[in-house]
Amino acid sequence: MADLINLFIDDVAVSVPKGTLIVDAAKRADIDIPVFCYHPKLKPVGMCRMCLVQVGRVKLDRGTGQPVLDANGSPEIAYGPKLETSCTTPVEPGMRVITNTDLVKRAQKDVLEFLLTSHPLDCPICDKGGECPLQNLTLTYGPGVTRFDYADKQHLDKHYPLGELIFLDKERCIQCARCIRFQDEIADDHVLGFYERGRKMQIETMSTPGFDSKFSGNTTDICPVGALTTRDFRFRARPWEITNVPSICPHCPVGCNISLGTRRSAKGGGEWEILRVMPRQNEAVNEIWICDKGRFGHHYARSQARLQKPLIKKEGRLVEATWEEAFSLIADRFRAANGKAAGWLGDRVSNEDAWLFGKLFREGFNSAQLVNRPHVAGLDLVARYGVGVGTNLGNLGQGDVVFIVAGDVEETAPVHMLRLKAAVERGAKLIVANARETKMDRYAAISIQYQPGMDTQTVYSLLASVSNQQSAISSQVAKFAPSDNKIKAAGQLIAEAQNLIVMLGDERPYPVMVQGQYTDAGRALAQACANLVVATGHIGKANNGLLPLWPHNNTQGVYDMLSAQGAEALSGEVKALYLVGTDPIGEGQNLPPTDFVVVQELFLTPTAQQADVVLPALAWAERDGTFTNAERRVQRYYKALPPTGQAKADWEIFRLIAEKFGLKWSFFSAEGVMHEIAAQVAAYAGLDYVCLAETKEEWPPVGTSSDLYFGGTAYDNRGGVGAQTKSLFEINGRSELKWIEPPPPSGQSIEPRRLNRPGTLIDQSAIYEVRLRAAELVKIEA
Amino acid sequence: MDKYVLLRHRDTPDIHKLSVYGEYTALQKAVTTLTPEQVINEVKVSGLRGRGGAGFPAGVKWSFVPKDRLPHYVTVNADESEPGTFKDRELMEFNPHQVIEGAAIAAYAVGATRVYHYLRGEFKSVARRMQAALDEAYAAGYLGQNVFGTHVEIQMFLHLGAGAYICGEESALLESLEGKRGQPRLRPPFPAVVGLYNQPTVINNTETMANVPYILNHGAEAYKKLGTEKSPGTKIFCLSGMVKRPGNYEAELGKISFRDLIFGENFGQGMMVEGRNVKAILPSGASGPIVTEAALDVLLDYESVAAAGTILGSASVIVLDDSIDMVWAAGKVTHFFRHESCGKCTPCREGTYWMEKQYQDILKGKATLADVQLLQDVAQQIIGKCLCPLGEFATSPVLSSFQHFQAEYEARATDAKKVVPAKAASAKAAATPTAAKTADTKAVPTT
Amino acid sequence: MTNETMTPLLEKYATQIETVLSKYPPDRKQSAVLPLLYLAQREYGYCTPEAIREVAEIAGVEPTEVDAVVGFYTLFYDHPVGKHVVQVCNDLPCALRGSDQFLEHACQKLGLDKHQVEHGGATTADGEFTLESVVCLAACDKAPLLQIDLEYFERLTPEEFDRLIEEYRKK
Repeated sequence: MADLINLFIDDVAVSVPKGTLIVDAAKRADIDIPVFCYHPKLKPVGMCRMCLVQVGRVKLDRGTGQPVLDANGSPEIAYGPKLETSCTTPVEPGMRVITNTDLVKRAQKDVLEFLLTSHPLDCPICDKGGECPLQNLTLTYGPGVTRFDYADKQHLDKHYPLGELIFLDKERCIQCARCIRFQDEIADDHVLGFYERGRKMQIETMSTPGFDSKFSGNTTDICPVGALTTRDFRFRARPWEITNVPSICPHCPVGCNISLGTRRSAKGGGEWEILRVMPRQNEAVNEIWICDKGRFGHHYARSQARLQKPLIKKEGRLVEATWEEAFSLIADRFRAANGKAAGWLGDRVSNEDAWLFGKLFREGFNSAQLVNRPHVAGLDLVARYGVGVGTNLGNLGQGDVVFIVAGDVEETAPVHMLRLKAAVERGAKLIVANARETKMDRYAAISIQYQPGMDTQTVYSLLASVSNQQSAISSQVAKFAPSDNKIKAAGQLIAEAQNLIVMLGDERPYPVMVQGQYTDAGRALAQACANLVVATGHIGKANNGLLPLWPHNNTQGVYDMLSAQGAEALSGEVKALYLVGTDPIGEGQNLPPTDFVVVQELFLTPTAQQADVVLPALAWAERDGTFTNAERRVQRYYKALPPTGQAKADWEIFRLIAEKFGLKWSFFSAEGVMHEIAAQVAAYAGLDYVCLAETKEEWPPVGTSSDLYFGGTAYDNRGGVGAQTKSLFEINGRSELKWIEPPPPSGQSIEPRRLNRPGTLIDQSAIYEVRLRAAELVKIEA
Repeated sequence: MDKYVLLRHRDTPDIHKLSVYGEYTALQKAVTTLTPEQVINEVKVSGLRGRGGAGFPAGVKWSFVPKDRLPHYVTVNADESEPGTFKDRELMEFNPHQVIEGAAIAAYAVGATRVYHYLRGEFKSVARRMQAALDEAYAAGYLGQNVFGTHVEIQMFLHLGAGAYICGEESALLESLEGKRGQPRLRPPFPAVVGLYNQPTVINNTETMANVPYILNHGAEAYKKLGTEKSPGTKIFCLSGMVKRPGNYEAELGKISFRDLIFGENFGQGMMVEGRNVKAILPSGASGPIVTEAALDVLLDYESVAAAGTILGSASVIVLDDSIDMVWAAGKVTHFFRHESCGKCTPCREGTYWMEKQYQDILKGKATLADVQLLQDVAQQIIGKCLCPLGEFATSPVLSSFQHFQAEYEARATDAKKVVPAKAASAKAAATPTAAKTADTKAVPTT
Repeated sequence: MTNETMTPLLEKYATQIETVLSKYPPDRKQSAVLPLLYLAQREYGYCTPEAIREVAEIAGVEPTEVDAVVGFYTLFYDHPVGKHVVQVCNDLPCALRGSDQFLEHACQKLGLDKHQVEHGGATTADGEFTLESVVCLAACDKAPLLQIDLEYFERLTPEEFDRLIEEYRKK
């Protein structure tokens, strides 16, 4: 590579890309330079002064600009009069950096002694103790004693709530500003700041509610001391007592890699509990971030309200029953339904569950009436034209365009927002089209606000301005040729894009009756988006294609599993209905008329209350499985907790029911189910639990167990980075343009997506209640 | 030369009125007859050095501004918060047009259309006078859209700080001007490349700007005839402390000594209290190393003062007589730095606090010799590690007072040897200077 | 203004605020935070949480960003202060010319505790005056001196101080 710079660090020859900071260059050569304020994900500020090193530069002749050579013919090196901060100084050719002399060691001791004058040294009761950069670096680099009078320590508030989720210990803070910088640079919620100055300087917030950000928890991970702690975890455990289990966030379609920190707890009656959720590094998915819903939305797994045993309705009341009773009843009634059975499957279950659900219907119930819940349009189009293998939002930059339509990335897929913002800073261009303003408009090169219901028309206007080539739909598209200069400019951006990702949201009117027929506006929009990527050739390649803003963690996977088994819409009479992980009645909808209802759930939802049989399922943290995220990355999660009551994994329940139908399925684990999926679903070919568990070396190296600097122990990815499945276009090369006439605006209201919307699962996290209340639902009149 | 290049109001009363100041001939000359490069070159040749403290050549600074990446900005540093410094205030109050004209020329030279004067918050009344002058200049067409009928646009504004010494540091000043906390930025990049709103920005001290019209009017060669070869021009010396006649005095650089400044008939006229002698001089406000009467004959230019082991800085000469307890005085200065430490970097934030605490213990008679030594160690420990110069400045008065007056520190230690020298015995009595208002009732030349 | 809400400050000082904002490039309204805080402080007596929110809204930034500014600068107050703020300079150059005794007199005159005055300031019981001991005010040649509400009064005698206080008491 042309842009490599060669230098020496402690006489080790190092070759790193131009622009690399000395501290990172050293890290690549396995040379540790201690840091506090520096964090590889944040811009350097040089505040803490911990990373001082000696820097020598090639001496240049003032006249010729050429290096001055010594007697041996090698360039003379001039060392600066002062030590320099390695976190702010980029490498230069021929530079010589020295990190291990007495001068440097002395400086490290000096700075640590200064830092510790304002630190309470309460490590024995500190949550960070054991994984604390200040503790680690003090032991490694610090002075053994201090000359500062202990009696003159500051005594400050140790339990200051910045908000309802994050507490500040003002004594422990070392003013490195990592939290403030994270909020400003990464999350772009400027809700933390310093108050006062000098030694009185302290972190503060003035937002309402306090520390109002969807990403606040990340500050506790990157805090290099125990100053910031979560309400969830503070004073609950010592880090070394915790068992970290790799998992995948069960909430949104980003599929953030997480670690579940588990331990038996006194508060939990001696049972295993999730004490904290932390990000697990996966640079292709969530880097080292997660949102607060992912961090604090785990409590449902250990809720007292969980279903413990199967229930059967007797004389109008649900009473506890054995699994055997429940299975026999289900088998009898579904056999009696004689093919007139239907299944509604929630999109939070694993791929393995979805696969066996479909298989049970096919082979046991003799029905293919299977419905994904909730209804979303365009699943098939995403399966065909979804972003190509190798897609990584972290690689987007100059020349790349992302078009977001009818969606709110921050509310639907929060971590995508962070990564798109960063992509824009690297030079990517964002086009945002919606009926309202969203946070993404801040980063948009072009923001288009259309009249509610005009989403599809807008996409076609854009397409019309990109291309006037003859195609199957060109004459229809031409009718939407824009007069709006903004759309023309957006079209220009797309026409010049090297890569194009279209992010498809679902902030649009619900299906309505138009001229006697239901028109699903979402279907028209999804098709329009598909037409856009197909017509412009942005499919089948990394960083090109559709990236949907699906409602949940496994919307795509559940579709993949059911559609591969020939699922059909409800077409006829339903005598027996099986609902898994979905609560239509709770959402104000009706069930189709039927004689018999089975509900498989975690909780006794309003729908479950109406059921004839209720089956208790295991929560995601109590079992193994895989989810497929919106980028169609299949990711594995692991069992972290023992089961609740008699609950069973969904796939296992289906297998046991199948036995009642005489089906001999030899699945003894979710892993076994994945073998069958891989054999039968083209896109999943080749996947197994071994390859999904593979990890790779990541940069920055914040997760390695030897890392002393960047805070937290749970970043380490030992559970696998997952694998992206191919889109159908990548498999068969077939694409087509299809015309669906954009429906006229319906006059119905549109409900904007809200991350913190109350729901069956998130309602179980009592500490999250304030956030749920704060997120008032807003409606746009269409 | 006229008697004054800068403090011209002392010869010409009411020069703060445009009618008295006259046309902006230097600005007119620049925008109508010279290219920006020629202006920069003229200032370069003049050798004018920044009057804020660092003494960096102004013309060179201007030449660092890249030609592209518009817009460019000029900011004038009128934060004037260094203890012992009060010269920019007098210029802005009594000779504001010269400051404005100089800043306008700088704007033309570097292609800036917007100029901000950053005045410390306490200069509310000064700002009123500056604003009146700005209004006159706008009305006369010297500022605004078409300066002197050309296509040159220069808009000039005042911006008041709100109480923070650190905002005199140029990058902190920019932060403050952007409406943020005045904490210094990393340098490089320097403001000339990445400054206000991330655009190329020239920052010069008010006094520096006031020199510029003279250079354009009389030519660089004429300017160079003033002062010394390496420190050309005149300088305003702020004389304060225990002298008979404190105040601002303008003199050619390198032509007078500390002794002339303190004792000269046209200057300080000697000590505030008859019979007392100079014990120590802080030549650059709180920021430079302290010198003793041994330095009295050092000439006042950048090089000579540096050779004497201290800095000329903003030439804020604070004089202490032999009644003063140097531990008290250095402690007072340390209090200033602790109070003004912005808190951004560790050594300054924690170190200035620690030093002040040591001073408090020593002054309260609670310190041992080891504590006295610790004070020195802490100061040494700060040096070379700070983000901006403030932290380093804070150590100067401490270490230099140790250098010259170690015995006074040690005499205060609880475990000091009990053979007490006569001087130290009286130290406590002399700890707080008494008011000596009598000496300066008619002392200050103007205002 | 893109903001739909009219804050009380905007209603009352529309022209002044417009003048302030016009000094800075249109996309750099944050620069107006300091001048706006002066305005808000004058209106409300100190930087109240409401004042901070208003300034944030006018300048198009988060309240936290404005509050951080309030916390940094000594001339902004986050707590109620007297009707008039008296700042006596007691830095080294002034102390060499008797400012300490002058400050003592000021404390006596106003009936305030000197230690308090030196550590953040103290306010008279009637709420008329807040007295602070401050560092350099750039008038070292004219000690003892003070500022009342940022106006200079220099080379003062104790008697002049007393007169000044009586004068301001009537304002």
